[in-house]
Amino acid sequence: MTSNALRPSSPTSDLTSDAAGRRLVDEVARNRIRRGRRRRTVMIVLAAAVAAVFLVSLMVGQTFYSPLDVWHVLLGEQVPGASFTVGRLRLPRATLAIAAGLCFGLGGVTFQTMLRNPLASPDIIGISAGASAAAAFAIVTLSLDDAEVSAFAIVAGLVVALVVYGLSYRGGVAGTRLILIGIGVAAMLESLTTWVLSGAAQWDLQEATRWLTGSLNGASWPQVIPVLIALAVLGPVLLSRSRDLSTTQLGDDTAAALGVRVNVTRLVVIVTAVGLISFATAAAGPIAFVAFLSGPIAARLVGPGGSLLIPSALVGALLVLVADFAGQYAFGSRFPVGVVTGVLGAPYLIWLIIRSNRSGGSL
Amino acid sequence: MVLTTPDRAEDAAIVRRPRRLRGVWLLVALGVLALAMFASLTIGSRDVNVSDVLAALGGGTDGFAEASVAKRIPRTLLAVVAGAALAVSGAVMQGVTRNPLADPGILGVNMGASLAVVIGISFFGLTAASGYIWLALAGAAIAAVFVYTIGSLGRDGATPLKLALAGAATSAALASFVSAIVIPRGDVSASIRSWQIGGVGGGTFASLEQVAPFLLVGFAICILSARGLNSLALGDELAAGLGERVALARGSAALGAVILCGATTAITGPIAFVGLVVPHAVRLIVGVDHRWLIPFSAVVGAVLLTIADVVGRIIARPAEIDVGILTALIGAPFFIWIVRRQKIRQL
Repeated sequence: MTSNALRPSSPTSDLTSDAAGRRLVDEVARNRIRRGRRRRTVMIVLAAAVAAVFLVSLMVGQTFYSPLDVWHVLLGEQVPGASFTVGRLRLPRATLAIAAGLCFGLGGVTFQTMLRNPLASPDIIGISAGASAAAAFAIVTLSLDDAEVSAFAIVAGLVVALVVYGLSYRGGVAGTRLILIGIGVAAMLESLTTWVLSGAAQWDLQEATRWLTGSLNGASWPQVIPVLIALAVLGPVLLSRSRDLSTTQLGDDTAAALGVRVNVTRLVVIVTAVGLISFATAAAGPIAFVAFLSGPIAARLVGPGGSLLIPSALVGALLVLVADFAGQYAFGSRFPVGVVTGVLGAPYLIWLIIRSNRSGGSL
Repeated sequence: MVLTTPDRAEDAAIVRRPRRLRGVWLLVALGVLALAMFASLTIGSRDVNVSDVLAALGGGTDGFAEASVAKRIPRTLLAVVAGAALAVSGAVMQGVTRNPLADPGILGVNMGASLAVVIGISFFGLTAASGYIWLALAGAAIAAVFVYTIGSLGRDGATPLKLALAGAATSAALASFVSAIVIPRGDVSASIRSWQIGGVGGGTFASLEQVAPFLLVGFAICILSARGLNSLALGDELAAGLGERVALARGSAALGAVILCGATTAITGPIAFVGLVVPHAVRLIVGVDHRWLIPFSAVVGAVLLTIADVVGRIIARPAEIDVGILTALIGAPFFIWIVRRQKIRQL
């Protein structure tokens, strides 16, 4: 951006082109301001939408509670009925929806930015599937508690990321090969998950859906808290790297020339993104396509330029909240959130592939 | 030439395999198949001895041992025909699309059949195989056309990457629809579950009878189109120059492949990767001539699925692991191996 703004004034020095140059500088500056304003507006609107849906999902359900009741419960006061329904059932669920959505949105867009390909999102290249298989194994076979399950999931997520990266390394990593290998790894891990689940005492469809497509059913605070801690610790680390991450998109050599320590950045970014994805998956399962969808949607809303991390995180949170709410109340029967996002997300994926095939370019 | 990629020397060596050896290998494969079928009859949560197997094959159903063998006969036969059908279907799809990653599972064709069957069971109350075989065929055909159309959009046609992505995306979409239909229906979900994970445990003589005519037609079409596939492997222009009617050859071969995998999926549910692994393994032995590749794939596919079914019964005793899970565990590393062998330009 800055190099763009400086360029016009340097090459020629006669008066007319100097004026033209100044006009260009003004134009660029105005554009930047306009884009900045658009970014800010989009982020505010998204945050407001998240808050609104959060409030609605606390109020609406089998029984309706007024915003006042909800407010009292949030303040920790005892309200007959509402304290249990809102405080114990709806609040953890809605909080987990937001936290998991933020994690998936952040982690997804990080991978998409780093590998310069929207298909390289963790839910397509097998990282979510790995975390999910580990979580299912830890819960069903080893009966561990929530913190241990999270640890299991994050180790598995990191290992899968390493394995996919290593397998696709052949004198450099090519995005297409990485995606195809990731699809293969994901297929294997999903069948491992199915295997683990079929080894459980009985085939519990609800539990199975959680680990195969993601679900917020039965969310409780012990599940939610690890995700919140992960967000509080890993989120700022990732955000602090957002500028370096955008710079590495210009290519490794350019980024290094601009003073970015490419390998350190990549390592930090991969570990934090995998961590976020794995913690969220350990609590809510691999909610289908949220990591994949958030980035492209955010990019469309915000427009070109600037980091997508925060907008994408907000889009993720909004997607999970809305999909969970819709899954619970919009249809005749209750659907887990992953089925809703799957039904929405997969056609979008197909559309994305159609569009990129038509234009002949990469995605 | 995208089909067999790595080195020209290796390609040439594959093509030059002596003819005589192929016959020997075919006998070996048939021998292994016989052993695998025998193992499938004897091994399970209750092991039986040879005399019981023979008695059961003779029609006896007295005693637990003979009864359990009698129960395992249709299951074994289903594994054999399903494995053969999927492997042939994969071999033909790889030939038709000239794509090393083609497989009815990866291309989403099996999922198309599954979704059609699930819709039939949930919304139209179908219960018998006779009703939903046609639905499965229609679903498989629609999915195949859809995926191939998406995958071949754009300048450079149906590259492995584009086809595999289109297939994976379509599979994911169809699987989401299957879940969305199955989940609210607790009562039928048990009977529908096999259409989410493939298995041969539910095989009966009745279902075998239903599917047999379709499989026969499918096998016949595939074997008859072997010559056409050999010409297609040279490229469309060259094939046309040799007097091949390219569109007809491609269309009829694809029809055969879709009939095979659609009809199989109607009985077993989606079983992935058999159609990917087997033709590649067979090509190493018999070369790229489809007239050998197709029958050989049938035998090896039958062996693979039968053994996978037996292994699934052994490792989780006394429960069973569905064969669809095991084929994915075996097949996905193979898929990765093939992707790694490709030069990036060819993806």
